[in-house]
This record gives sequence, C-alpha cells and structure tokens, in this order.
Amino acid sequence: MSFDEKLYENCPLDAEGNQLVLKADHLCIQFGGLKAVDDLNLSIKKGELYGLIGPNGAGKTTAFNILTGVYKPTSGRFFLCGKDLTGKAPLEINRSGIARTFQNIRLFNNLTVLENVMVGLGNQIECSMLQSMLRLPRHFKTESEFRRRAMELLEVFGLAEFADYLAQNLPYGKQRKLEIARAMATNPTLLLLDEPAAGMNPNETQELMDVISFIRQHFGITILLIEHDMRLVAGICERLTVLNFGTELAKGKTADVLNDPEVIKAYIGE
Amino acid sequence: MKSKKNFDWKTLLLGNKSYLLVAFITIVTGVLVGVGVITKRTPIITPDLLTQIAYTMIMVVSLNLVVGFLGELSLGHAGFMYIGAYVAGLTLYYTHSLIPFGLLRFLIAMLLGGLAAMLFGFIVGLPALRLRGDYLAIVTLAFGEIVRGVLKNITVGDMIKNPAVGFNIKDLTTSYSKYLFLIAFILVIVTIFCVQNIAKSKHGRAITAIKDNEIAARSMGVNITYYKLIVFAIAAFFAGVAGAIFANYTTVAPAIFDYNYSIEFLVMVVLGGMGSVFGSLISSIIIVFLNVQLRSLLTGNLAGLKNLVYALILIIMMIINASPKFVTLREKMNWSYVKSKLQSKKEKS
Repeated sequence: MSFDEKLYENCPLDAEGNQLVLKADHLCIQFGGLKAVDDLNLSIKKGELYGLIGPNGAGKTTAFNILTGVYKPTSGRFFLCGKDLTGKAPLEINRSGIARTFQNIRLFNNLTVLENVMVGLGNQIECSMLQSMLRLPRHFKTESEFRRRAMELLEVFGLAEFADYLAQNLPYGKQRKLEIARAMATNPTLLLLDEPAAGMNPNETQELMDVISFIRQHFGITILLIEHDMRLVAGICERLTVLNFGTELAKGKTADVLNDPEVIKAYIGE
Repeated sequence: MKSKKNFDWKTLLLGNKSYLLVAFITIVTGVLVGVGVITKRTPIITPDLLTQIAYTMIMVVSLNLVVGFLGELSLGHAGFMYIGAYVAGLTLYYTHSLIPFGLLRFLIAMLLGGLAAMLFGFIVGLPALRLRGDYLAIVTLAFGEIVRGVLKNITVGDMIKNPAVGFNIKDLTTSYSKYLFLIAFILVIVTIFCVQNIAKSKHGRAITAIKDNEIAARSMGVNITYYKLIVFAIAAFFAGVAGAIFANYTTVAPAIFDYNYSIEFLVMVVLGGMGSVFGSLISSIIIVFLNVQLRSLLTGNLAGLKNLVYALILIIMMIINASPKFVTLREKMNWSYVKSKLQSKKEKS
C-alpha cells in the first residue's frame, strides 16, 4: 500500500496544476419525472478531503451510488485518475480504485472482524477456486498473507483486539470503523464515506475524525465524504459542495460555503 | 500472533468431526461386510441402506453449499442427480464391453455424470444472477420437472426401450456391487473435503459475504456472477456424482426424481442446519434410516403418513433447538468443548 505515483500520472490537471483524482462532469440521474441529481460537477484534488453536504433528500447518497456503479447516470461522465468509469459495474469500479462505506452499516455479520477485512483484500491476492479446494500450497501461502495484511489494517484502526469477534457483536462506533477498514482493504485511490458519523456520540465522532486524518496521512488517500455533522465537516473537510434538491447550491472552501446565506437558508430556513 | 504452518494436514483431517464420522462408518461397515456380519439379509443395516445413506450425504452436503452457504433456495437438486444418474448409466452401458475394469468404468461414468450435471448447474446458475429467493426457487423447481419430463420421453437404443419405467444396469456392476457402499463413502469424504475447503477459504468468505449482504459484497469487489455460477455448478457436479452412485445401485426411473425428492434433501439440509456439513451428514443418516423403516412399517393406507413424520421431525427440532436446556446441553456436547476438556485432563496428568 505504498503511495504510488504512477497511479496518478494520467490525472487531468486543474487551472492551478493540481492533479484531479475524481472528475465528474454534468452528472444527472432521473427516476421517472424526478431529477435526483441534476448537473453535478466535482473535481477533487489528489489527497484532498472533500465534503458533499445538503439537507435530507438532496441526492447525496444517489451521487455516491452513481460513483460506485450502483446506478447508471442518465447523462454526464465521471473519471477516476483520467479513466472513464461512467456506467461501469460496481465490481469494476471497485477494482479501478473507488471504495465506499454505507450510510446504514452493511457489514458481513456472520463473518468475523478479521474475515470482513479479508473479503476486502480478496482481489489483491490471487488463489483460484481449485487451489483452495484441493488445498494446494498456494492456498496456505495466500491465506497467511491475507491474515497478515488484514491484521495490519486492523491494528491501524485499533480493531486488532476484536479480530475474532463476529462483526455483528461489535459496538456501533467500532462497526463504523470496521466498515472503513474493510473499504481500505480494497486498496482504493478514492474513498467514499457515506455519513460516517451518523448515530455517533461526540467522543466517537472525535475518534472518527482522528481516524480519518490518520488514514489520509498514512495511505495518502483522497476522500469524498457525505456528512450531516457540521462540526465534523468544518473540522476536517477542505472544500465542500452543497446539494439541494439534486442541484449544486454552493461549492468552494469550507469556511466560505458554510457562511453562504443561501446554504444557511437551505439548512435552517429563513 | 503465531504464524501458521503451511501444511497442516493433521488438523485438516483429524481435527474435523465430519471426516471422523464418515471414516468411522466406512471402516466399521467395510470390516463388518467383509467379515460377513452385514449381509443383504441383516435386519436393520444392509449394504443397500449404506449406499443410500452415502449418496444422500453427497446430495445434502452439496445442496448445503447452495442453500446454507450461498443462501439461495434450490428446489431442483434431484434434477441434477437424475442427469448424473442418466449420463453415468448410459456411459456404463456403452463402455462395459470396451473397458474391462469395473472400477475404472465406474470412475469414468461418475466423472461424465458429474460433468453433465455441472453443465446444467451452470445453466441454472444463470437465472440465479437475476433472480432471488422465491423466484429462483421456482426456476429450479421447474428445471427439475423439465429434466424429468424430457428424459421420461426419450428412448435410447437397446438400453432404454420404455423410458417411463427407466433403466437398470445392475447386471453390469457385479464386479464391484458388493462394495459399492465403500466407494460411495469414499466419495462422501471427497465431497466433504471439497465443500469444506471451499467454505474455509477466500472463496468461502466471499460466498458468505454475498449471503450476508450482496450490495456490500459487490462494492467490496466480490465477483458475484462468478461465485453464484460456480457454486451452482459445483453443487450440481456432486449431485451428478451422487446420481452416478444411484445408477449403480438401483433402477433409474423418472418417477423417483420428482420435486418431492428435491424437497426431501432440503428437509435434510434444514434439519442438519444451514451451512453445517456435519449436521448434513447426521440428518442424512437419520432421515434415510427413518425412510427405509417407515416404508416397510407403513403400508397400504398408512403409506401417506410417511411425509407427516418429516413435518413432525422439523417441528420438534424447531421447538427443541431453541429451548434453553437443549442450548446448554449442545454447548457441552460441542466438539471443541470436549477437546479442550480432554486437553486439560492431559495436562493435569
């Protein structure tokens, strides 16, 4: 999991010469008569922590679902490091380097914490079904490699002591962390976090903020984040896009956006 | 953490109660039949019953791979078995003059039967990609009936003149028919080996992940298409192998492989526990044994009561399974618990 410069060499550049990891152009999606996302443009710089906020029903999660291939956009395109991923299947998008967490936690409850991370690692070490079935040496080699890498990740996230717990038996805050760990296991270039602080108490939120800043430094990863907790957003996001009824209401530096009267109106009302 | 040794065949084979159970049955019954204690005329246990238990075990363990591990309902498992039995029967019939060794003939027939079933498993797996739950169950149910309907109407040369009655190739298997159950039990061990190894590997984790949360599995890069197809194909392969044993044992008739037979296997999977290989083995023994006993016990008007017994077993199992006393009892009977007790005893002495 080294910081691989080669990965970014095809990235398009913005006006200031920064490499853009994610570039979304005019993304739209329509469900019948409803335009859930209308003309969304994103350009996220390498290593940036970008926030996507907005009132309930603004289309934030729908935007995530487009970026991870769950939905196909009605129009518009998006690129990861210059590679067009529009309309690709979730599997391919994940392998290209976008990983996500979910608003409502979706862990593999009947697997242990360690195994959850190992599922995420699955694509990085090859071992065919036949090799596993016949217990060829390759199986044992990859299995111990899986275990080693998964433990490494769990240690980073402070979950190592819970490795053998079933995922469903973890406390809520730890489940959230495990979801991030599992997403990191797929070795992404861009991590999408869907309301990571939802349902957390202030202590847990603080811990989560630390984890997020830590993984940014440790893995040099770019993060796109949906969040309602303004304290968290103001604390860690560098730039924001505000969505309202599917359209962009404001975008720019966090402090500027949060003081925008239009944004305050959308959130609190007049 | 302690680094794991690469080759650990001892725990792989001996640390596993499923292997121990089947190996025990194989050795004991093998010796008893060899000595002549168990013969065709022994009251309760006969070689025929053992063969039945063996192929049922293969069916239930392989069905458990689909139902228990992948979490998809399949009601057409008997259809795969029928295909396996049919192809294996044809192979045995047409190769008996070409290949002199009975066992080799059996192996070739078994492999062909398994592969034919696997091909159909793959085909049935295709709708499984788009359908879930009840809808997939309907497709698999229909598949089983289609197989039966088609094969019921095909005559094959000298061999199958009356397809509705089926065919019997027992005369061609005399060289090994006395020990058919031994071959069958060895195949049970092979099946358990394959299924458990898949379950306890990268692939098993991916399959459980699909069962637990398909959406999350997909966005974690698990190839759902691949796993669904291959699980259906592997399960069908072993059903085909079970069918090949069946073809060597008795008449292969379309009337046997109806949906009731598929559901019987499903009952055994549920009784033994979803995703539990050991449970599948135990429930196969119990149900096959009961089946044979009830068939001779309930005759005439009472024959229909046989199905009632299955329902009763399931209901009793459901009630007992959740009762607190049984739960504590089960924890005490747990294999790892007994092992740890034994170990602590050893350390004391």
